[in-house]
Amino acid sequence: MKISPSKEHLFNLFFLIITFFAAFLIIFLLFGIFLILFKESFPAMQRFGFLNFILSSSWDPVKELFGGAIPLFGTLITSFLALIVAVPIALGIAVFITEVAPKAFKEIIGMAIELLAAIPSIIYGMWGLFTLAPLQAKYVEPFLQKTLGKLPLLGKLFSGTPLGIDLFTASLILSIMIIPFTASVARDAFQIVPSVLKESAYGIGATKWEVIKDVVFPYCKLGILGGIGLSLGRALGETMAVAFVLGNLNQFPTSLFSATATVTVKLANEFTEAEKDIHLAALFYLAFLLFLMSFTILALGKYFTERIKTK
Amino acid sequence: MIKKRKILNNIALFFCILTAIWGLFWLFFILIDVIRHGLTALTPSLILNDPAPPGIPGGGLKHAIIGHFFITLTATLIGVPLGILGGTFLAEYGRNLKVSRIISFLSDIMVSVPAIIVGAFVYALFVRPVGHFNALSGGLALAIIMIPVIVKTTENMLSLIPWTLREAAFALGAPYYKVIFQIVYRGAGVGIFTGVILAIARVTGEAAPLLFTSFNNAFTSYNLFQPMASLTVTIFQYAMGPYEDWHRQAWGASFLITLFILFLAVLGRYLIKRRFRS
Repeated sequence: MKISPSKEHLFNLFFLIITFFAAFLIIFLLFGIFLILFKESFPAMQRFGFLNFILSSSWDPVKELFGGAIPLFGTLITSFLALIVAVPIALGIAVFITEVAPKAFKEIIGMAIELLAAIPSIIYGMWGLFTLAPLQAKYVEPFLQKTLGKLPLLGKLFSGTPLGIDLFTASLILSIMIIPFTASVARDAFQIVPSVLKESAYGIGATKWEVIKDVVFPYCKLGILGGIGLSLGRALGETMAVAFVLGNLNQFPTSLFSATATVTVKLANEFTEAEKDIHLAALFYLAFLLFLMSFTILALGKYFTERIKTK
Repeated sequence: MIKKRKILNNIALFFCILTAIWGLFWLFFILIDVIRHGLTALTPSLILNDPAPPGIPGGGLKHAIIGHFFITLTATLIGVPLGILGGTFLAEYGRNLKVSRIISFLSDIMVSVPAIIVGAFVYALFVRPVGHFNALSGGLALAIIMIPVIVKTTENMLSLIPWTLREAAFALGAPYYKVIFQIVYRGAGVGIFTGVILAIARVTGEAAPLLFTSFNNAFTSYNLFQPMASLTVTIFQYAMGPYEDWHRQAWGASFLITLFILFLAVLGRYLIKRRFRS
């Protein structure tokens, strides 16, 4: 079939325009999410203000009093605890894969760790509820209470009844879920380190650990930081895994063994049941704040990881 | 002194091995647990039967399997073409534009935006105005999660095609769209396909955005404009529910989903690896 050149030109223009719009869809969607969430939460913003909302801990659908302090704090504390556990482990795994493991092992371990990210969060949640939480309640938490719980000051963290459905279990599961993200970003960063740098360190007699600690880590600072940011962004928005094992109690956690709530858990549990408009608006308000928070952190993380690539 | 440094070195490297074992431990713990519970739950009736009324043992997940398939299919039909077209713009027509770099950056962020927020967004746009939950909006929410993933992989895969190949085609007088279709897409086909597979794997396990969009349905439904069951939301409902039989079926559903996703994930990685080796 023959098409005349002018028609071809027209078709080219047509294709350009549709690809252009498809690419701009990303911007539209992000703006759309921002605007819609803002619009939907507007009644709650008007009624409760900003500072009032994020500092108030009451969540009372009957009296129509809503404050986000507890779910916001819960989101931050679970993510923070997960990071504390996950980051050193993820860095260790990245070091293991790039520097320690024999070649045949590298790919298998790398793949296995990536599969950890492929497991859907609902499976983590379900497994957490039926397998991990009972184990935690029966063995791990009583053990921690008996040992670390005796310490002065620090022991307070391990007080309460170990039920397994608590901050501790939720953070542990979250940490397992985000290990692959930090690990893969760190691994990519480690691989960029010029081998000349490492070789010169080995040349003056440094051990492998000293090379990693004094050459690789400082060189990849930004990349590691970026990877941590991306993982934190993930952890902040994680829903199903946490929904199963955190309980949904509107209370500040008093120890690692107490239940609390996160923004995502509140949304998952109450969104479809919110009967009053102001209740729904308050939930949208929480979603809006979560969106702003995770967007900022992800953008920072991404910025850092990009920086190291262009180095 | 040297001895001390050597010991420290060994301790540190030993800890690195421990961290790898820690990661593998959880992977196998979860997988073996899902397989163990899943296999006992997996019976023909689980796949072929409609659910029994709450509290009555028996019944199956036919409604959720069919619903999950339809919702994922809707998402794929919407998300894949848009994603590929968007990625094409970033890698081809707009490769030198600043705005392309911004879009690329934003889609990287959007890949990780909380899925539940996408659910809330679609709820406000397509569920509340309609007045009831519907499967189409569930597919839409999943498509929104899919698009940035496919945009990114398409962009990356197209940039791998050497520029000289395009120049050769330009020299023959081919217009750009023909170059894209006949040279670029053909060369990057496996890569794009891999991106699609990984994106499907990514959204198949999503539950949070479906909670507010397609919701759930206790009956087999083929109507995209009505609520529809999905495996993930059913897992959520059944696992939280009080009945022993529900829990068993939730394990069965988990087994099906995990198996499917791991298959896709492994297949995708295998394809990428083969592509880069040749």
